[in-house]
Amino acid sequence: MSMINYASREINCKIVYYGPGLGGKTTNLEHVYGRVQPNTRGKLISLATETERTLFFDFLPVDLGTIRGFKTRFHLYTVPGQVYYNASRKLILKGVDGIVFVADSQLERMEANLEAMQNLYDNMQEYGYDLTTMPFVVQYNKRDLPNAAQVGELQTALNPGWEVREPQKQRVAPDPYHAGENLIEQIPSGEWVERAPYFEAVAVTGEGVFDTLKAVSKFVLKTLA
Amino acid sequence: MPVGAASWSFTEDDYGAILRSLQQFLYDSNARSALLVDRSGQLVATVGEPPQFDPTAFATLTAADFSANDQLARLIGETEFNSLFHQGEQESMYLVDIARRVILVILFDNRTTLGLVRLKVKHTVEELTRQFAAMFERGRGGEQASPPNILAGAEDEIDRLFQ
Repeated sequence: MSMINYASREINCKIVYYGPGLGGKTTNLEHVYGRVQPNTRGKLISLATETERTLFFDFLPVDLGTIRGFKTRFHLYTVPGQVYYNASRKLILKGVDGIVFVADSQLERMEANLEAMQNLYDNMQEYGYDLTTMPFVVQYNKRDLPNAAQVGELQTALNPGWEVREPQKQRVAPDPYHAGENLIEQIPSGEWVERAPYFEAVAVTGEGVFDTLKAVSKFVLKTLA
Repeated sequence: MPVGAASWSFTEDDYGAILRSLQQFLYDSNARSALLVDRSGQLVATVGEPPQFDPTAFATLTAADFSANDQLARLIGETEFNSLFHQGEQESMYLVDIARRVILVILFDNRTTLGLVRLKVKHTVEELTRQFAAMFERGRGGEQASPPNILAGAEDEIDRLFQ
């Protein structure tokens, strides 16, 4: 739920980074924190255990610029990756405006990715939110590792797309981030499907981190426009 | 409907009435400041002494604190804890739920007591609950004209922001 404050001329939106444990969600936020101008961000708050695993959430507010004289302020949250912290994962989703799913590209983490994705759908559904109609992007992190799965395999497993039923939406929509690929298209079975935009990243070096953040933020603002 | 999930907005008049209730409460209780935080972690209003901390972080942690305690309440068979008290050596805070959507946070020091704060806040909570309930009701009934969409037609500007 975005909040527009006319008194301070701010638009506040909430973005949640979701995904399996040790996938790089906190690293994404740390990179953003380290790279944006100190005057455009707040404190990075981490509620973590002694071993630096996120216990409740990490939180970072950033200003991404001004539109129509309103400061656009994004509240970035991460959730704990481990499924046994599901109660806190679910709480963070309350009032969310946009989701980034940070997947771990390593082959051996495929099951953890799938479990986290299913858990995201379940938690969103419990709130009555529909992931297919809200700003949602997928980030394939750790692309630099030798055991990283092919992007195609990751897409098939984690972002196969959802059926597009409305006839007015059944037209090819090219993926603005990958030439020659489509976000909405008709698959050979005749069904129309839509996929979430995806990004490849190496969060420890910052590669792909801002591309992901920009895409989801833009998507969120466009849903308000 | 889940707590705090729906959008809501309030008019200048609503806002004025809320601020007046809170100012009266601060005067009666001698507390330092009062903050209103939405359940999703957004700061709605601040009254009294301006806080010396990052209010955005404060609002986020407040909402998380309340949500975590809601879950704890459920585990012990309660539906909720509608107020929380955190005691410090100098500064303390008292948090109370308003209409299941907003949290009122009161910051106070040794110029007053928890007893007085709790006594005086009762009336304020009733008043604010009435005001918020009326606002939500109006929002649901669709009588309230939605606020003008300041981003309508701003697609180009949004594109330029992210170039």
